[in-house]
Amino acid sequence: MSDDIEAQFAQWRDFVRRRPELRPADVAELEDHLRGSVEELRAAGLSGDEAFLVAVKRMGSLDEISREFAREHSDRLWKQLVLTGPTPTRSRAGLVAMVVCAAGAALSIKVPALFGVDIDHDAEAYLPNFALFTLPWLAGFLAWRRQAPRIVLGVLAVVFALGAVAANAYPLAETSQSLIVSSVHLPIALWFAVGLAYVSDDPRSPRRRMDFVRFTGEWFVYYVLIALGGGVLVAFTVGTLNAIGVNPEYFVTQWLVPCGAMAAAVVAGWLVEAKQSVVENIAPVLTRLFTPLFTVALLAFLVALGLTGGGIDVQRQVLILFDLLLVVVLGLLLYSISARDPLAPPGVFDRLQLALVLSALAIDVVVLLEVAGRITEFGTTPNKAAALGENVILLANLGWSAWLVLGLVRRRTPFAALERWQTAYLPVFAGWAWLVVLVFPPVFGFV
Amino acid sequence: MKVTKDLVAASATPMVLGILAVEDSYGYAILKRINELSGGELEWTEGLLYPLLHRLERLGHVESDWRSVAGERRRKYYRITPDGLAELAEQRRQWETVVDTLKGIWPGPITIPLGGTA
Repeated sequence: MSDDIEAQFAQWRDFVRRRPELRPADVAELEDHLRGSVEELRAAGLSGDEAFLVAVKRMGSLDEISREFAREHSDRLWKQLVLTGPTPTRSRAGLVAMVVCAAGAALSIKVPALFGVDIDHDAEAYLPNFALFTLPWLAGFLAWRRQAPRIVLGVLAVVFALGAVAANAYPLAETSQSLIVSSVHLPIALWFAVGLAYVSDDPRSPRRRMDFVRFTGEWFVYYVLIALGGGVLVAFTVGTLNAIGVNPEYFVTQWLVPCGAMAAAVVAGWLVEAKQSVVENIAPVLTRLFTPLFTVALLAFLVALGLTGGGIDVQRQVLILFDLLLVVVLGLLLYSISARDPLAPPGVFDRLQLALVLSALAIDVVVLLEVAGRITEFGTTPNKAAALGENVILLANLGWSAWLVLGLVRRRTPFAALERWQTAYLPVFAGWAWLVVLVFPPVFGFV
Repeated sequence: MKVTKDLVAASATPMVLGILAVEDSYGYAILKRINELSGGELEWTEGLLYPLLHRLERLGHVESDWRSVAGERRRKYYRITPDGLAELAEQRRQWETVVDTLKGIWPGPITIPLGGTA
């Protein structure tokens, strides 16, 4: 058969392969059918091109064929995450590594008990160490999977050791603001160490950094799901044991819950690695859902603020609340970026994102002015300084993001610029978190 | 005269099983045979045939394998199973019942009533 018609078959094949309802074997079967038609038509006297066109026409519309295949194979439209069954050796080794790391994380939280430090009575000792019981194991698992070079392993070891020093060497009193500030920021700082392990095969690559963003979103979703399942497990365990006169409270509160919470971080990481490209990412779906809702909520707040005329009552909880709000907005932006087709033209959703970011910026400026006012009036504290820093960082990120999204919407800036900005900015968040953990306590005299 | 889509769909299974009961075959050849036997009156599409073959395979009535017969491309051949033969017998019994009943209802040629008042 001529090269021209072979090219046409190849083009048709590529086109048909894009249908999710059709498997490669189905495409091959349909192609065999098409070739049969072409041969018959050519034998009847048609030219190659004519035969091909007539044969394709006779086959009917691809939509129709896909629909019929989908009716018979509807299960193909639900992608399955298969955790058991015949697996390559590497997958089994991954499973073993996961179990080892999860067990390590679970047992780590019991180590302080060997030194007489009890969860119930010494909460202030556990609080800053929370992330240290599990994130080193998650980082170890990821570094192992990527066969991280020694220099990365060395950096990871130093970073986690530094985290341990920050959590335990500073004389922070139980009532200290710095204790809370450090406890909040250390997990964030250590998460970026996990990120280093994640991108250890190519630390400078913007693509790998965006992959880490995707990993973070999915990890969080899976962790929450495991936590909910864990809640059900605890409820049934307590209920059934109580029914037979056994009081499981000690076991549940001292072993099942704390160890489970630590192990879950590693399990969630393993699940995200296992599901990659098998199951659709959930975080971007949630982003699509909540971006409009948050935009409305933020605009409503701004309108209410304008109508009431009063300022924002700046207290610790309120500062934290607004910082978290801005983090959520950044998250919504980031996960949209992580799932967006770089070549797609700007659409309604991009405009919606611009509205969201601009609303967040307006709120950020208001909060910033309030915090600055309070610091001028009453002096600075660890909380206010941390809140101020966070607002400035988020202001810079969202401000430039707004500019880039505006450029995207007006078709003057390529989407890649927005992606590059966000991946390049990740070290800023990491740097700030470490600054708060390492520098704030001594600067503020450990109060 | 074209056969309605519903009737084509209803008669599809016994036709495919009947053709495969004679010899193993593949999609294109099956379609060709049906076209010949119906004198071109039954219009089947690939969208009907291949999912049907897959369904019959799922139900265990046929089995398939890819073959390379000398001089041919690799093709997916279908072969009827004992379960398929049993299903075919059942289908045949049902269709014969329907056909016999219709013949009883239609004893002679259909006459079209002449128009009423001129």
